[in-house]
Amino acid sequence: MSEVEESDKALSAFLEAIYHRYHYDFRAYARASMKRRITAALAHFACADLATLHARVLDEPGAFAELLGFLTVQVSDLFRDPSYFLALREKVVPYLRTYPSLRIWVAGCAKGEEAYSLAILLSEEGLLERSLIYATDIHAQSLRQAEEGVYALERFARFSENYRLSGGRHSLSDYYAAGYNSAVFDRRLRNAILFSDHSLATDSAFAEMQLISCRNVLIYFDRVLQERALGLLRDSLCRRGFLGLGLKETLRFSSHASAFEELVADERIYQRR
Amino acid sequence: MREGSTKAVSAIVIGGSAGALDVLVKVLPALPPSFPIPMAVVLHLPPTNANRLIEVLRAHCSLELKEAEDKEHLAGGKVYVAPPDYHLFIEREGSFSLSVDPPLRFSRPSIDVLFESAAEAYGSHLAALLLSGANDDGARGLATIRSLGGTTLVQAPESAALPTMPEAALKIDPAHRRIGVEDIAAFLAGLETFASMRRQENP
Repeated sequence: MSEVEESDKALSAFLEAIYHRYHYDFRAYARASMKRRITAALAHFACADLATLHARVLDEPGAFAELLGFLTVQVSDLFRDPSYFLALREKVVPYLRTYPSLRIWVAGCAKGEEAYSLAILLSEEGLLERSLIYATDIHAQSLRQAEEGVYALERFARFSENYRLSGGRHSLSDYYAAGYNSAVFDRRLRNAILFSDHSLATDSAFAEMQLISCRNVLIYFDRVLQERALGLLRDSLCRRGFLGLGLKETLRFSSHASAFEELVADERIYQRR
Repeated sequence: MREGSTKAVSAIVIGGSAGALDVLVKVLPALPPSFPIPMAVVLHLPPTNANRLIEVLRAHCSLELKEAEDKEHLAGGKVYVAPPDYHLFIEREGSFSLSVDPPLRFSRPSIDVLFESAAEAYGSHLAALLLSGANDDGARGLATIRSLGGTTLVQAPESAALPTMPEAALKIDPAHRRIGVEDIAAFLAGLETFASMRRQENP
């Protein structure tokens, strides 16, 4: 067996062991980027090889919790891809207004940036009071941080620029209280968001949504897991509900494509048939 | 027979930064329209120009140029360009995947990411070309490709607008073949196609 085949096999065995020991399922994640994140984890844990990391992670649940931060990507921005939020505001909000109450799901919310972005958008459109935003991720530590709604102040210049480009009607500073080097979002926004643990790989639908935003999550899955996740998202949407994907994600190659029509093709916003 | 030109390859990967676009607009038009080997390209560009990269190259090239899409299978005769602000990987089954993992050494897309994943996907059935540039991205990836038996080329530093990138690759591994801009197209055209058993079309 070649060296590459051996390391592939060791990685598969590691992900299998994680699944059985901790019930986190990374087995159907896209391999090439997973491998790179594992390499970064090896350096962080000062492990010479995967076998060493494997043994340590299975022995120490604390080490696994730390490893989770490496296996998932936890970086985003407020109003990341402002054109996406502008399209939601202009093309999706008019439909959302017709519902007496709204359930919205941010699937793969990481540290909460997108959930707060949507809360701000809904607030400006007068819809926040009738909305419940479910924000889910598999990474418990990120969820705790997301729930606190505290972000480094240095990030807010970029956040504010994104907010402005997304069609924001006020000043972003209306929504947070700044401290010395961090800022915390208003309780009013936080109270509209329910952060919880959910896996697109192993869990099922839990409510019927009018809008699901699941961006830059599917690219980490292989084709089979993408299909599972898209089926779950489809089943979680009400009839004529909306699905937003990442700007480089598409339904085009999916068997679920026929369940949707494109609403704003460039922004990857789809509507359930 | 030229050394290295007899190897059959499944794909060609190309990386570059400042000064590399000028090389590609010379090399790509010089390839025959029937050129059968898929090519994947990572160029560092300021985000505002990155969206125009395909347009610029298309104006010079009869090969089909497109942005690489997540889970798309590489197909012969096409030139795939990494989308701006995403890392581009090649998976074992000969398809692309994307990620928004943090920039690697300040670069996203990163040449090392493309090169190292391609090396593992194709082993010796891979050719790689590293062009002009102002940093050392690609040097590690190119070394990985050669260590797994792939064919590696660097733009001759004296011909590069910015020699830092090719020099960094040669510093790590002096055995890469140095090639002048005028010889690149002929070299690529001389590569044979390796028909991989694993290659599939998109459904």
